[in-house]
Amino acid sequence: MFGENGDHTMSAQTEFESQIPSEVRARESVPPEDKVKAEVSGLNFYYGKLQALKDINMVFPANQVTAIIGPSGCGKSTLLRCFNRIHDLYPDTRYEGKIILQPSGINVIGPETDPLEMRLRVSMVFQKANSFPKSIFENAAFGLRLRGIKGEDLKRQVEESLRLAALWDEVKDRLRDSAYTLSGGQQQRLCIARALATDPEMLLFDEPTSALDPIATAKIEDLIFDLKRKVTVIIVTHNMQQAARVSDFTAFMYLGKLIEMSPTKKMFENPDNALTEEYITGHFG
Amino acid sequence: MSEFKRIIKKRKRQDFAFNIVGILCTLVGILTLGALLADLIIDGLPRLSLAFLTSYPSRFAERAGILSAWVGTLLIMVVTAFTAVPLGVAAGVYLEEYARKNWLTNLIEINIANLAGVPSIIYGLMALGLLVYQFRLGQSVLTGGLTLAFLILPIVIVATREALRTIPQGIREAAYALGSTKWQVVRHHLLPYSLGGTMTGIIIALSRAIGETAPLITIGALTFIAFLPSPPVQSAPPFVSFDWLSSPFSVLPIQMFNWVSRPDQDFVTNAAAAGLVLIAVTLSLNAVAILIRYRVRKRIKW
Repeated sequence: MFGENGDHTMSAQTEFESQIPSEVRARESVPPEDKVKAEVSGLNFYYGKLQALKDINMVFPANQVTAIIGPSGCGKSTLLRCFNRIHDLYPDTRYEGKIILQPSGINVIGPETDPLEMRLRVSMVFQKANSFPKSIFENAAFGLRLRGIKGEDLKRQVEESLRLAALWDEVKDRLRDSAYTLSGGQQQRLCIARALATDPEMLLFDEPTSALDPIATAKIEDLIFDLKRKVTVIIVTHNMQQAARVSDFTAFMYLGKLIEMSPTKKMFENPDNALTEEYITGHFG
Repeated sequence: MSEFKRIIKKRKRQDFAFNIVGILCTLVGILTLGALLADLIIDGLPRLSLAFLTSYPSRFAERAGILSAWVGTLLIMVVTAFTAVPLGVAAGVYLEEYARKNWLTNLIEINIANLAGVPSIIYGLMALGLLVYQFRLGQSVLTGGLTLAFLILPIVIVATREALRTIPQGIREAAYALGSTKWQVVRHHLLPYSLGGTMTGIIIALSRAIGETAPLITIGALTFIAFLPSPPVQSAPPFVSFDWLSSPFSVLPIQMFNWVSRPDQDFVTNAAAAGLVLIAVTLSLNAVAILIRYRVRKRIKW
């Protein structure tokens, strides 16, 4: 019985492999020229000899939320972390291809682009709330201080970002307290405020609610939904309901390849690819 | 049923036996330390007085004091701390955060760990050849302080690296993701957050250095000295003087060594009293280290 089950999974795996299209064009999702924020073409990424991303071609629409879903190890976080060049912190990592940001036309992963510049332009919120062991104010202010903003400007922008992150009312009387006095969900919103304070072009979320309870999760999801008016959002998530709730477009990745990218509604109701349907309906992954 | 009881009883006996053995082993350590302290206190405490702390050594045991020895110890420690701490912390930060991980840095890492185990007299020989004969720094406070700085440098480096390693990678990523340079991450995050661990390591290292005798005798510290180095603060301009760095010196353990080796019992009593002072200083340094660690742990929980 046990062995039979194992065999079934094995054959299913190979069956899925054969369904991966050699090249994906997200036809329906391609927005008009001026509505494009980022254009990924021919992106390969390597950890040493291991190729984690294989020929990714996709377009991220401006001022929309794009969710990236897929089973563990499919490369979705790896793709996200290309956008702020955080991979460059680690040895033996290598990019190939292009990620063009509009309207400036800068190639995020081009050898001529300084990773520092990309990190100043593109902000990130991590899986585990990683607030600094400093005061609430200093946490929100850190990115601004790196840009040399001081005094009244600093105070004003910190307040603005805390309001954007829907945290201001909860912390306005205790800005000098340690960030560690906040709950997990509040800390994650503080990390969002910290990322927003510098007015980034794009905001990356790497499974931002996987360590949070449902109420804290709902608050963050509302926030992400509202933020798209201000900034282009990419969110990596394990949770397909979350993708359905917050995103306008959804991309499905498997084994380092992009399988399908469609408007979220279509993706969850009538996906083009059989593999996507298998994943969304919970048959594997 | 009775079979089970028999087996259980037998194993409980073994448990009890090891319990007793363990207590005895622990007592050996504690009792030895206790006896040592008690002996020092009985011999030395009656001799301790303000006059003992403020008198120079003398041919007469009852007039002898440890003024030049404790001032020497203090000055040596100042030199040691001011050289070993910046060098050690910088090297630790470099190795942990900047250096690429390859065979060369692995080799350096292994050698630093080994250096921490080199006998202290070897450092004394090295300092004698390098600092006294080669650089002609003399048998001075500067030479003594630098010698002990070399001695504790590996401990400071290792402590700094250990403290940096306790900082979660997520904190580094958060700081880099906001656009910090490496130096900004080190300056604004890693150094402040690792301060507790680093300070603890530094203080433990200093409390080791304060009791060192062999390397200082090797470089030619005096065993009898009846004057103080010139004070670092002067009444006349330029008010600050560094002449004390080139002054000859003695330190507490050497003073003790000198007194213990005399036949006169009164000098041995003097040595016990000096030993009490030394132990008090060492224990208070360790207490400060524990206090810092406790306070930082309360503030930062990863």
